[in-house]
Amino acid sequence: MLGLSDFEYDRILELLGRVPNFLELSLFSVMWSEHCGYKNSRPLLSRFPNEGPRVLQGPGENAGVVEVGDGWALAFKVESHNHPSAVEPYEGAATGVGGIIRDILAMGARPVALLDALRFGPLDDERNRYLFREVVRGIGGYGNAVGVPTVGGEVEFSEAYSGNPLVNAMCVGLIRTENLMRSRATGEGNLVVLLGSKTGRDGIHGATFASGELTEESESRRSNVQVGDPFAEKMLIECCLKLLEEDLLVSLQDLGAAGITSSASEMAASGGVGIDIEVEKIPRRESGMEPFEAMISESQERMLAVVEPGDEEKVLAFAQRYGIGGTVVGRVAGHGDLRVIENGEIVGSVSAEYLADAPVYEREIVRPEYLAEVQKLDLETIPEPDDYNEVLLKMLAHPNLRSRRTIFGQYDHEVGTNTVVRPGADAAVMRIKGTKRGFAMTTDGRGRHCYLDPRGGGAATVAEAYRNLSCVGAEPVAITNCLNFGNPEKREGYYQLAECIEGMSEACEVLGTPVVSGNVSLYNETARGPIYPTPVVGMVGVLEDVTCHATPAFKREGDMVVVLTGTMRPTGESPLAGSEYLEIVHGRVAGVPPKPDLAAEKRASDLVRSMVRSGLIDTAHDLSGGGELVALAEMALSDGIGLEYSVPEIEFMSGHGRLLENLLGEKGAGFIIAFPEERWDEVQDALSDFAYDNIGYTGGERFELEGLIDLGMEELREAYERDLFGVPGEVLGGSEAVG
Amino acid sequence: MRVGVTVFPGSNCDRDALHAVKLMGAEPVELWHADADLKGSDAVIVPGGFSYGDYLRPGAIARFAKVMAPLEEFAREGGPVLGVCNGFQVLCEAHLLPGALLQNTHLRFACDRVRVRVETADTPWTAACERGEELVLPVAHNEGNYFADAETLARLEDEGRVVLRYLENPNGSMNDIAGVCNEARNVVGVMPHPERVSDSALGSDEGLKILRSVLAGATV
Repeated sequence: MLGLSDFEYDRILELLGRVPNFLELSLFSVMWSEHCGYKNSRPLLSRFPNEGPRVLQGPGENAGVVEVGDGWALAFKVESHNHPSAVEPYEGAATGVGGIIRDILAMGARPVALLDALRFGPLDDERNRYLFREVVRGIGGYGNAVGVPTVGGEVEFSEAYSGNPLVNAMCVGLIRTENLMRSRATGEGNLVVLLGSKTGRDGIHGATFASGELTEESESRRSNVQVGDPFAEKMLIECCLKLLEEDLLVSLQDLGAAGITSSASEMAASGGVGIDIEVEKIPRRESGMEPFEAMISESQERMLAVVEPGDEEKVLAFAQRYGIGGTVVGRVAGHGDLRVIENGEIVGSVSAEYLADAPVYEREIVRPEYLAEVQKLDLETIPEPDDYNEVLLKMLAHPNLRSRRTIFGQYDHEVGTNTVVRPGADAAVMRIKGTKRGFAMTTDGRGRHCYLDPRGGGAATVAEAYRNLSCVGAEPVAITNCLNFGNPEKREGYYQLAECIEGMSEACEVLGTPVVSGNVSLYNETARGPIYPTPVVGMVGVLEDVTCHATPAFKREGDMVVVLTGTMRPTGESPLAGSEYLEIVHGRVAGVPPKPDLAAEKRASDLVRSMVRSGLIDTAHDLSGGGELVALAEMALSDGIGLEYSVPEIEFMSGHGRLLENLLGEKGAGFIIAFPEERWDEVQDALSDFAYDNIGYTGGERFELEGLIDLGMEELREAYERDLFGVPGEVLGGSEAVG
Repeated sequence: MRVGVTVFPGSNCDRDALHAVKLMGAEPVELWHADADLKGSDAVIVPGGFSYGDYLRPGAIARFAKVMAPLEEFAREGGPVLGVCNGFQVLCEAHLLPGALLQNTHLRFACDRVRVRVETADTPWTAACERGEELVLPVAHNEGNYFADAETLARLEDEGRVVLRYLENPNGSMNDIAGVCNEARNVVGVMPHPERVSDSALGSDEGLKILRSVLAGATV
């Protein structure tokens, strides 16, 4: 149950110079779990660049913080709740949202936006459908009630996630730079105040649970999953923001994994002080709880604050006004220990530094054997399709590419009245009231790509996020990431982790987007095997003038449509390798996707962004899953404006290779833009150094590619807008009958 | 003009409503749930959210909050009151409006833009609209399915007390009802959120037509 290895236990004996009691051992158990201690990932994580001109707070705090301008800053972080969601999807997802909101709150910021990156097994399986439906309900159930809009995110389905869904929640908060809070405890004699809900037995050893593989018995650990109360969280948010506004807090920290133990020892270690917790003062939800249970409980909706003596009356009065609990449970001490005191007697005492200093495992990076096998792809076996109409309809109806409307329709994405670009675009855009500025955010993950080529996939993930922000007109600033991987103790898992981090780091360096926060979720394995290595990138960017933004939707009839064709370096890689087309139409996950050309990604993205910012274009979309054809269909479907595409002779297309590769390949660094014809001269000037195809015009009720595709918009819509929560194949009012 | 906005524990559109009141050209006044005082408000908005977590039933607990006593008196005396979303639910629970709001028939939370028709301009909250005018307004709710018994429904229709009607029904409401008013017509409840479309910076300010209506009434 405690999840410590013999080696780790010996190390504890050595550090303490004595045998720890059960309470102390429990403290080590949770703090040295992978979830809290990053013992397998720390040496690799140090590779990430984390400095940049706008960075106010890098890794090591509750969230990263970047400067926006006009005195405003953004705090943001993404975190996983995979294991809890695998066994109790509604509460697992809900408390994932609640937890990441408190991370942002701990920085002193008002949480203003949520995004969710999700992965599930295929929807033809009933268990997967249950997990998907309940996770989405859980995210909505919590986020909607707590009043923070869910503005973006993404979802994909693959057998690799069957039984081990990924639920990564990202939160973005807004704060005045001068009000930035840190979690460092200081000032001997200062009081430690526990705010929020009472402490129960829920979530005991949740962090340890999350640091092991999922097995048949995992279901029996549903009691390890906490239950969320968004109402309590809402009041906790308002109370903490009020206390910050009144300048009553020295320090603030959320209670997440490992509960008070983690919060108190981290606050003590970073402040170089000790903390005494009078454990009997912790308000309990149930009777008969042991001190260790109160110390490591993961009951939700709690925060730990350090306040100066004399301020506690005011703090507790505010807690009462907001209807939440507030109790002085300890004080900052001169010794460096986390001390647990029960009725005046010390029942456990461990150096906070020891707890924060989990052992580090460095492993050998060895290329696993599966790669050579899956990277084989004979293009001769992939012929030109007979009927592009059928291919397009099939792809648009596939859950990986279908409209996400039935998901985000369950999320309140407008509360707060700051949402400028709503879900469904490349990135969400929000304004900052009282300024001209705005910010944009996106989450992206490319599990299949990372599986086929971990380093290339890692870089491509960052590049995709960079393109998405550029499409809406935002200057990308920094990223947070959630590293979802298999067991790092196995060769395959460790190699994937190391290589993805290397690829992501290279991209972050070239694109100038440092990593300012993140989270690691390892051991995502079931009896079936590991998940695809899936680093999820959450990137934020800044708009100087929020009115100058773009979306993918075709906006007018008769607009010219131009494809920036991206680059393909002559490496012989086919853009069909690892593509959605190959998986959806041919059922294959194979090949080496083109290595991202990071310099070209930057150049093309920067160009598109500058055109959006200058007001030259208001319609832009990047090429990603499903390539050019799917991107064009998405643009047409957004507002129901058709397309007339004059397909150039293949030798005149600026891309390389076959027609199929140009239309459905995924080569990166590509964009589609549309604009009124009278701007053509200006656009042409802007594009002078780039490869592009001038492909046709928007308009009409049909989606036509000369000689290849001729479909009514209604047919496209029927395929694309199907309910993701329906049962595949089941006829529901006729809507599932097609395809 | 002073427009009060009630703040219950769990309200989450209160700040948006206060901001919209500023944009409509009135003075916003925060009305804390535990204070039995409308602070001289000339009109009151009961905003959306999840008052008291929507626990028990949306609006069921909020109706007992201290601020509700003076609010009910204000309403009885003819003061203009607008309930939006959870506010509509609170006003129904307080019996200031007839009927109830049930769970959406498709059993999902519904966040979308919907087209509605203004069915009467004869309320302080639609006076600036034309009867028959179409508006596109956001909805975001899990319990927006308007229900009333047959007799009440017939009365509402006969007396022209259906204020807004959906052109695309997002929740299964009877008679596509999106908003109703009381017999005296001064208390209006709507499920769509006019405060969310009160700022052209977010793409639409159609909601201001509803909010600003109350200004016109005040000058009479």
